[in-house]
Amino acid sequence: MTHSFSFKYHERVYYFVWDKESGSLHNVDYVAFLVVKNRFGEQMSDQEKADFAQLDKTLVDEINAELDVLVADGVLDSPCNITLKHKSVGEIKALCLNICYDCNLRCRYCFADEGTYHTSNREYMSLEVGCKAVDFLIEHSGKRQHLEIDFFGGEPLMNLDVVKGIVEYARGREKDSGKIFSFTMTTNCILLSDDTINWLNKEMSNVVLSIDGRECVHNEVRKTPNGKGCWDIIIRNAQKFRKVRGDGQYYVRGTFTAKNLDFSEDILALNDAGFDQISIEPVVTDIPDLAIKQEHLPKVLAEYEKLAEEYIDRRKTGKWFNFFHFMIDLEGGPCVIKRLTGCGSGCEYLAVSPKGEIFPCHQFAEVDGYKMGNVFDGDIDMDISHKFAENIVTNKPDCQNCIAKYYCSGGCVANNLNFAGNMQTPYSISCEMMRKRFELSLAIASIEGAEQE
Amino acid sequence: MKHINSIVENGMKKSGNIGCGECQSSCQSACKTSCTVGNQSCRNRDEKINTPKKPLL
Repeated sequence: MTHSFSFKYHERVYYFVWDKESGSLHNVDYVAFLVVKNRFGEQMSDQEKADFAQLDKTLVDEINAELDVLVADGVLDSPCNITLKHKSVGEIKALCLNICYDCNLRCRYCFADEGTYHTSNREYMSLEVGCKAVDFLIEHSGKRQHLEIDFFGGEPLMNLDVVKGIVEYARGREKDSGKIFSFTMTTNCILLSDDTINWLNKEMSNVVLSIDGRECVHNEVRKTPNGKGCWDIIIRNAQKFRKVRGDGQYYVRGTFTAKNLDFSEDILALNDAGFDQISIEPVVTDIPDLAIKQEHLPKVLAEYEKLAEEYIDRRKTGKWFNFFHFMIDLEGGPCVIKRLTGCGSGCEYLAVSPKGEIFPCHQFAEVDGYKMGNVFDGDIDMDISHKFAENIVTNKPDCQNCIAKYYCSGGCVANNLNFAGNMQTPYSISCEMMRKRFELSLAIASIEGAEQE
Repeated sequence: MKHINSIVENGMKKSGNIGCGECQSSCQSACKTSCTVGNQSCRNRDEKINTPKKPLL
């Protein structure tokens, strides 16, 4: 299947053709754009139909001859040759440690019920549980060498002493196990003292700093337990971390809702505040005044286009930044198996609760029917693991004709389950946004590459 | 070719089929530090997030 699209950058329109099965991207002129659309049955606007009808037959034949070569070379209209039907199970690579079911913020859109994960107690993981989780990961990691532990909450800095103890224990086991640990953390920045910043900078391979962008936007949804905004504390602490972090990996990561559909302003505000690694995600919620709905999509998609133009401009100047969803590796992305299997939840990636109970991922923590075991027992419910193993993009009917099939892997399993009712059907609103961001990332990579040439 | 300029050909084949299991874990809900699949690079490649360098039509 081919997919033709255009991107307007400073009054110039660029045309592209994407072949998803081969992962080939072609830049075409307008007449070839029309011929491709006509030849491969893509939807054409009335204007495009009229323009195509006026093309000289010799010119159309000439372009079709060029297309014939690409088809013969397997880089256009190429078939799907992938037969893999399930993930491998039994070798774990990464654990998300829910280091506490407590938080010092009460964000309205929190999927974890403001940190409690729908439990009645705001529980904290003990060092014993944390160390047992490290042992569990090592024992179940098979031949994998690089293992990952993500400290997640609630707010993980509320249980920092245990986090430090787990890191020390895991580092102590690297030599005898032959494993190499990478640690990451997502924090809301409230408790980022100078000492904590220095420790995180030393021990964490990546840190996510949660900020929603502009002060008014952030304070509207990310409130303290007494209902006050927290932007002034967060931004100050995050900027301190950024300064200490230097070239180390970090992201500022925010959420946009129906209340700030002009979210490109939040991304640019974060860049203006000194951050150069930025991710702003659409909220996933059913809260009526926050949820992104179908009627919001035209505005959201236009906002991504607006951001793309400013993004290219800023990256030529002293305000260079990365936007998470515009990053794409066209020639050296992950291997095919990774593209098919996505996040690996329930198989190679699991979450551990403060009590040591195991779930398929942080989104399934404390969800009835998804408890897979306990780090103390060491056994995993393989029935659940096998259920998640079936969850690969080639098994998802709605994904087969999607342009982003091998770059999205069929979306978040938990979101699919919550909004579509099953793991295999992607959340359609997320799909629309994903496709737009994917098109833009292709266009940006091409334009930036051409300007470097 | 006069009307078509191929930016990337066979990106899927170039990514390989090895499945060595060493790449960074990803999060499809993007609420974590890790990447979605789309913006990951193979751990075994030196140059990360490759941008092809070709003039455009």
